Amino acid sequence: MVRQLGQTTLGIVRDTGDFTLFCGRAFLSVSKTRRLPRRILRAVYEQGAVCLPVIAIVGVFTGLVLGLQGYHVLSRFGSEGLLGTLVSLSLVREMAPVLAALMLVGQAGSAFAAELGIQRNTEQIAALETMGVNSLGYLVAPRLIAALLVFPAQAALFVVLGLWGGSLSGSVLLGVDSGVYWSAVERAVEFRDLRECFLKAASFGVLSTAICAYMGYHADRNTSSAGARAVSASTTRAVVFSSVTVLVADYIISSFFI
Amino acid sequence: MTTTDFVLEVEGLEKGFDGNAVLKGVNLRVPRGSIFSVLGPSGTGKSVLLKCIGNILVPDSGSIVFEGRPLRDPAAREDFRKRCSFLFQGNALFDSLTALENVALPLEQTTSLGKVEIFKRSLKALHQLEMKDFADRYPGRLSGGMQKRLALARAIVTQPEIVLFDEPTAGLDPLRRNAVFSMIAKYQRRFRFTALVVTHDVPEALAVSDHVALLNQGRIAYEGTPTAFAASSESGVTLFRDSVEALHQNLAAIRSEHPATS
Repeated sequence: MVRQLGQTTLGIVRDTGDFTLFCGRAFLSVSKTRRLPRRILRAVYEQGAVCLPVIAIVGVFTGLVLGLQGYHVLSRFGSEGLLGTLVSLSLVREMAPVLAALMLVGQAGSAFAAELGIQRNTEQIAALETMGVNSLGYLVAPRLIAALLVFPAQAALFVVLGLWGGSLSGSVLLGVDSGVYWSAVERAVEFRDLRECFLKAASFGVLSTAICAYMGYHADRNTSSAGARAVSASTTRAVVFSSVTVLVADYIISSFFI
Repeated sequence: MTTTDFVLEVEGLEKGFDGNAVLKGVNLRVPRGSIFSVLGPSGTGKSVLLKCIGNILVPDSGSIVFEGRPLRDPAAREDFRKRCSFLFQGNALFDSLTALENVALPLEQTTSLGKVEIFKRSLKALHQLEMKDFADRYPGRLSGGMQKRLALARAIVTQPEIVLFDEPTAGLDPLRRNAVFSMIAKYQRRFRFTALVVTHDVPEALAVSDHVALLNQGRIAYEGTPTAFAASSESGVTLFRDSVEALHQNLAAIRSEHPATS
C-alpha cells in the first residue's frame, strides 16, 4: 500500500512537472511561430464565435433562475429591493466566469482535445516536426493566447445577459421595480468584482485550454487504449480534468479576494 | 566511393520499446542522388529506422551522420531538417487545409517568403505533380493516389536534398503500387533528391532503386545493387525475395495432399 501511494504521488509530481513544461514550451514557442496573428484570429473564432449561442442561452437562463430563486428568498425578509445586488454579485464573482468556462470546456475544449488527438494519431503532428515547424507554436500557442481573450469576453457577455435575465424574471415577471433592480446592480458591482471576474475567466481559460491541449497532444501516451479509443479517452479526460481544475482554481482565487 | 559520396551514414543504430530491441545495430550508407530502398518483412523495424533518421524517434544508441555531421549536434539536426522531407505511410496531410494550403504550410512556417511567392511556389509544386486542378480540394476528397501525389508535392516544395519515404505503397493495389514507384523514380530524377524508401514490395523496389538493403531481425542482412540482390543466394535474401515461389510450392504441396473434389 505504501509503495502504491508512493508510486501514485511520484506519478502526480511527474505529470504536473510534464504539464508545466508543456505549458512553458507552448508559450515560449510563440517567438518561433510565423503568421501567428492569423492563427490566433482563427482560434478566437473557433473558441469564441462558435460558442457564442451556448454562452448566450446559458447566461440568460442563469439570470432568469437567479432572479426567480433570489426573489423568493429575499421576499421572505422583505428585501426584494436587493435582488439586483444578489444577481449581479453572484454573476460577476462566480457564475459568469465559472459557467462560461465550463461551457467553453464542453464545446471548444473537447473539440480541441479531439482534434489534437486525431492529428497525433494520423501523424500530422510528427509531419509538422519533420517540416521544421514547431508543433506547439503552430497548434497550441494560438489557442492559449486566444483563451486569454475569449474567456473574459465570454464571461462579460454572460454577465450582461445574466443581468438582463435577472431583470426579466425579477422585474417583468415578478414585479420588482426596474429602477430599483438596476440601481442595486450599479451600487453593488465594484471595480474589484470586475477584476475578480476577468482574472478568474483568464485563469480558467489558460488552465482549461492547456489541459485540453496536453491531453490531446499526448493522446498516444495512453497505454490502455489506442487509435480512436485513445482519442475518445483523452477527450473525456480533458473535459473532466479541465472542469475539475476550473472549480478548484475558482475556490483558490475566490479565497484571495474575500 | 569516398565518404563524401554518401549523403547519409548510419552506424550501430539501436532502438527498442519497453525492453524489446527493434533495431540491433543498423549500419547503412546512402549514396548521394540515389534511390535507396530498405526492404524487409513487416515488423522488422523499417519504419522505426526511418523515423530515427527523420528525427521523429530518438535512437537508444548509434549515430546518424548527414554530410559528415552527426545529427546529435543540434545545428546539424536543424540543417538536416531544413534539407530533408518525410513522406508518411498514411500521408499525414492536414485534413482541415486544402491541397494548396497543405503544400504552402512548410513554406509559410519555415521561410520568410511573401504570400505571393508562397502561392506561386505551391501552385508550381501542385502543377508539377499534376494536381493543379485539385488545389482547392480537401485531402479527404482526393483518391489514395492523389493524396500520395499531394504528400509528395508538400515534400518537394521546400526543394529538399533528401526525401524519406515510409512504406509509400502500403495498402495499395498492384497497379497503384507501380504508379507510386514510377512517381518516385520520375520525380527523383526531375528534382535530383536522394530518396530513401522503406518498403516490402520487392519487385517494384528492385525495378526503380539504385541500391537496396535488406533489414531482417533488426539488422542489415544484405546491401548491394538490385541486380546483385536479385542474383544473391544468401539465405536471408532468398527467403524474402523468393517468398512468392515459396508460396507457390506450399500451395502445390497443399493441393497435392488435398485435391479438389469438384
